[in-house]
Amino acid sequence: MSVFEIIRFALRGLVINRLRTALTTLGIMIGVASVIILLAVGNGSSKAIQDSLSRLGTNSLQVRSGGQGFGFRARASASTVKPLTILDTVALADKTQAPDIKQVAPIASTNATCVVGTNTTTPSTFYGTWPAYYEASNTSIQSGSYFTNDDVTQARRVALIGQTTATALFGTASPIGQTMRCSGIQFTVIGLTTVKGSSGFQDGDSLVLIPITTMENTITGNQPLNDILVEATKSTTTTAAQNELTAILDARHGITGRKTADFSVFNQASLLTTASSSSQTFTTLLGAVAAISLLVGGIGITNIMLVTVIERTREIGIRKAIGAPKAAILTQFLIEATILSLLGGALGVIAGFIGSHFTIDGTKPVIVPASVFLAFGVSILIGVFFGGYPASRAASLRPIEALRYE
Amino acid sequence: MVDKQPVIEVHDAIKKYGMGDSTIFALNGVSLSIDAGEYVAIMGPSGSGKSTLMNILGALDIMTSGKYFLDGIEISSMDENHLAIVRGRKIGFIFQSFNLIPRTSALHNVELPMAYQGVKPKERRERALVALEVVGLADRVDHEPTELSGGQQQRVAVARALATRPALLLADEPTGALDSKSTADLLDLFDQINVAGRTVVVITHELDVAHRAKRIIRMRDGKIVSDELNTERVA
Repeated sequence: MSVFEIIRFALRGLVINRLRTALTTLGIMIGVASVIILLAVGNGSSKAIQDSLSRLGTNSLQVRSGGQGFGFRARASASTVKPLTILDTVALADKTQAPDIKQVAPIASTNATCVVGTNTTTPSTFYGTWPAYYEASNTSIQSGSYFTNDDVTQARRVALIGQTTATALFGTASPIGQTMRCSGIQFTVIGLTTVKGSSGFQDGDSLVLIPITTMENTITGNQPLNDILVEATKSTTTTAAQNELTAILDARHGITGRKTADFSVFNQASLLTTASSSSQTFTTLLGAVAAISLLVGGIGITNIMLVTVIERTREIGIRKAIGAPKAAILTQFLIEATILSLLGGALGVIAGFIGSHFTIDGTKPVIVPASVFLAFGVSILIGVFFGGYPASRAASLRPIEALRYE
Repeated sequence: MVDKQPVIEVHDAIKKYGMGDSTIFALNGVSLSIDAGEYVAIMGPSGSGKSTLMNILGALDIMTSGKYFLDGIEISSMDENHLAIVRGRKIGFIFQSFNLIPRTSALHNVELPMAYQGVKPKERRERALVALEVVGLADRVDHEPTELSGGQQQRVAVARALATRPALLLADEPTGALDSKSTADLLDLFDQINVAGRTVVVITHELDVAHRAKRIIRMRDGKIVSDELNTERVA
């Protein structure tokens, strides 16, 4: 009898037992889909962290007032802290002492509420700085223009704003050329920054940038800088740049050892490494969860296949009694198991792809190709083995034993 | 009645279960010869070994020792795979519990053994339809077993057995699950099949069923105790 004939028998077997076919397929489908989706979520969140960090610029270093580390140690040395100043900033821009530093921007931060008519918003980031900031922080504008060094020296009342701030104040209208009032001071909006997205902690587009001179003259008075943003010449020279700026600031602040340092340096590149290694851990964790769900799904498949064969032992006996050779019966059951597994696996992959299109808790899942093959392959192996093995045992029974089976 | 070749020839068949003191001889030295075209009933109370004999005659089970020639071929030394082929080609089974494949139409049930023998679909279908016609179920070919009465299911089983054109029709308590009307119909069908030249062997414990056969073999405790022609049927 031909293979084609056996395939027809197998298909008929599947159609006859519709409910069982549907349940088995569903079990395999859920196992495969959950593996694909879980790994896609893990992968997606790790991608999101990397993206938001690389948007900050991997060449940049951030100098912050206070000792190395946060909390206790920083407070302990607070009495001796010399604040970061514009003069520190200028000193770091010295090309002879710091050849690996490309440019330097001061950051003075404040909390200010901006008002246009009845619309108000308090940007999470309200910085006074100068044009070197754009490149060092990876900030660009999508419309309008940047403020210039000239705007800084003249202390003009101009501002760049982010998309979130623009929407809060001006709705859908273009903010360029409009005026807004922040902390009582009127500013002209001259540029809208390109959307940065959320970094997980805060909205990168809830943003107002003004010339640092304007900020000091009108809002804060002469206050110490919060940060100095330093851009290294290349991503490979960030460590050299960090050493140079540490040496310069140590000299200026009279620091002799790291323990007494009154400033700390954050390296975006090392931050990125830390973040991606922690998201790697997260993906591994999700992978373990996925593996367990595949295992549970596999046990489900095994169960259904075993029950099926036991249930059909009598049928196998009848087929043997009327002259079916063992090979024909075994092939039929193997083909049934293969079709079930393939169908369930394929549906699971489709469900996985569909499921990965939805944003889950703020994370856009990104499918890991290997997970698709893994989940599909494992489910088929399980299906075929546990469909085939008990069938081969049943097919080896003497027909009289199989027929007596109730 | 002279040079008829025996369809079944069994020499000193022994089938035992268990070992040592608890050994039970289900068949204790049975020798038997049945010629082509005979209609034989094998009778006996339960435990007499008649079902064991039926399983061995049908190549569903193997004996512990002895020789068995079916249609001239020795099958007592064959392995299970060859036995499957022999069953398909030489024997048509009729069981007490019908043993049709569930949720499968009468036509497909009848076609199934021919499919395993490699008969082409077209010929298979024709032969199955003819067989169903013979048993009087031409209008029920698309019905599944659950949609048929017990008598009709048993006739599907007869059609399935006939369609392969076996050397031997082997029925194990074929009327055990049937009412008297269906029993009468089925026995008429057996007569008709035997008259057409087919060898029929019926295992039963019902006297009226056995009395339709032309030869009655009685068993007890694994041995043949009598083997005689049925004088009512053989003139």
